[in-house]
Amino acid sequence: MHPTTHAFPENARKALSDERLQKVLSTAGTGFVEKRRKAAERLPEFEALRDQGRDLKNHVLANLDTYLEAFEAKVTEQGGHVHWCRTDQEARDAILGICRKANARTVTKGKSMIAEEIGINDYLEANGLIPIETDLGEYIIQLRHEPPSHIIAPAIHLSKEDVAETFRDAHTELPRDRLLDEPKVLIAEARQVLRRKFQEAEVGITGANLMIAETGSTIIVTNEGNGDLTQILPRIHVVIATIDKVVPTLEDATLVLRLLARSATGQEASAYTTVSTGPKRPGDVDGPEEFHVVLLDNGRSALLGTEFQDVLRCIRCGACMNHCPVYGSVGGHAYGWVYPGPIGSVMQPALLGVKEAGHLPNASTFCGRCEAVCPMRIPLPKMMRHWREKEFEQGLQPATMRRGLGVWGWFARRPALYHAATRMAVKALGALGRGKGRFARLPLAEGWTRHRDMPAPEGKTFQQQWAERKGKR
Amino acid sequence: MADTSSARAQILGGIRKALGSADGADEARRRLATHPRNLVPARAQIPHADQVELFATMATEVAATVERLPSLDEVPRAVAEYLAGLNLPAEIRVAPDPKLDAVPWDQRPTLTVTRGRARDPDAISVTGAFAAVAETGTLMLISGPEHPTTLNFMPDTHIVVLKRGEVVGTYEDAWDRLRAAMPGAMPRTVNLITGPSRTGDIEQRIELGAHGPRRLHILLIEDDAG
Repeated sequence: MHPTTHAFPENARKALSDERLQKVLSTAGTGFVEKRRKAAERLPEFEALRDQGRDLKNHVLANLDTYLEAFEAKVTEQGGHVHWCRTDQEARDAILGICRKANARTVTKGKSMIAEEIGINDYLEANGLIPIETDLGEYIIQLRHEPPSHIIAPAIHLSKEDVAETFRDAHTELPRDRLLDEPKVLIAEARQVLRRKFQEAEVGITGANLMIAETGSTIIVTNEGNGDLTQILPRIHVVIATIDKVVPTLEDATLVLRLLARSATGQEASAYTTVSTGPKRPGDVDGPEEFHVVLLDNGRSALLGTEFQDVLRCIRCGACMNHCPVYGSVGGHAYGWVYPGPIGSVMQPALLGVKEAGHLPNASTFCGRCEAVCPMRIPLPKMMRHWREKEFEQGLQPATMRRGLGVWGWFARRPALYHAATRMAVKALGALGRGKGRFARLPLAEGWTRHRDMPAPEGKTFQQQWAERKGKR
Repeated sequence: MADTSSARAQILGGIRKALGSADGADEARRRLATHPRNLVPARAQIPHADQVELFATMATEVAATVERLPSLDEVPRAVAEYLAGLNLPAEIRVAPDPKLDAVPWDQRPTLTVTRGRARDPDAISVTGAFAAVAETGTLMLISGPEHPTTLNFMPDTHIVVLKRGEVVGTYEDAWDRLRAAMPGAMPRTVNLITGPSRTGDIEQRIELGAHGPRRLHILLIEDDAG
């Protein structure tokens, strides 16, 4: 997928003036927030589990090499294969190689953000294969040739009418005038169409919510059961996962699972948590004959030992975007690539570079709700500030902004002058704006006043008031 | 297959360089060997009789149905009546699980019983369970010749015969039971199933039966003998 992250301001402006999208966004996500709150309140240990989840992932990251090697050894011991891949291209080639060797034509897919990250569908298609998304939301957006707009609810930006129209255009073998007025009917149709695809496919690709070093297992969590059909019906099961997904033991996986569903959808547990280990065993009458894990780095190891290491604790629950006022206003597509919301504002600069994705960490109100709900307590706002610093260091902001910051910096380092200047400015602005009490336009701050009025200052500066209060105490 | 050994060396080398001295490796290996428990919620750390009640409550909450039966002898009647009540065909695909051999299917001649993995037209499956986790109302099913995984996902209706003694409190209890049953090994697939298949992908409205079963019916057998 070609990123349009550099165009975030235009993307956001378009999203804000898109009435249809705004209507969907006004109700989307609010359900997740309320459900998560209730689920967290129902489990008295929830906050303590968050602490342990953070500590567990920190321990894993500090011993990542040991756990990855242990995981690989266990996969191999049980007849599976691990393919180490440094880059997205290596991962695409590894998957294509497996498909070619199997003479595969049709490939079914469970939902995977890593598959989106490496753009596997386009690659397989370009090489003559037919990749088919099977998660309902992913299937819908694949038919529409759109990227996902939310990491756990990829079609959250669409209404049921949009879906009906998409199905009418895609499922041409069905009568054009059939009734498609209810989600129930749409789901039944997708179930029927996709059931055939599951049986045609030679290869099934799933992601992994977790990898377990103790047992060499991968875990996927779904509500639909599509991830299961896609790993038991085709002859070959390919798991695509990044190195940060490993945990030591089944007990440690359990700790993460207790946090994941509650943070994501507010469920106590997702309908299906599936632990997959190797290919089918002697005597098994179903299950895949081959089990492959495509283990991808793609920039993760480069974050170790940096101020961004903590972002590797992410378990991709989506709580940060569900609670984000910016995401809630512009939706997922404006972020221009795979990961939207606060996690995207930290991950996309890491994966795409600050030059491409520098707008994202700037598009933040720093309200802190993302960090407040993150099950892994990732300090997302702090990391966005680090990306802003990097952006400044690399000289990527517009010259006027850099000059402005330079002027401000010069004053800020001279407190007496700074205080005097602000006192004067506040007095002048207060006098000028006395009539209306606000400014609709201010020279040098037009970017700010374009969208809102600037209230005219009243009384004294913050510094003056602070000094007076301190004096009183 | 592409040679990924240089990629392996470079990824692991990069990790080691970034982490510095790797003196935590012993602790990591100890963790793998001893798999210590993390914080386990108190909710399901209760007497077994209460765990069984908690399981039934939690499973019902996620739209599974639970029917209690005194013994395996009652299973054919219960299955036949359940299917009749929903106007479903009386044709069931039963797991080749020895535990289900004790079910006297022939008491209900109207039931057509075949055994084996699920085939596309099979609408109703009957399987056992390895364990059930009270904490979240979750069934634990493990794959094997006696329990083909397709039975858990392909049919529209999944009926699970669960013995009272198979109910445990927490996930950790279930893992211990699995390790005891299969020392040093894992089955190909462990399915943790919490209610029937569902999706909220269209306008965030939850609908049952996305790809897996629309109905999950649990027959809870009170008599543990046999």
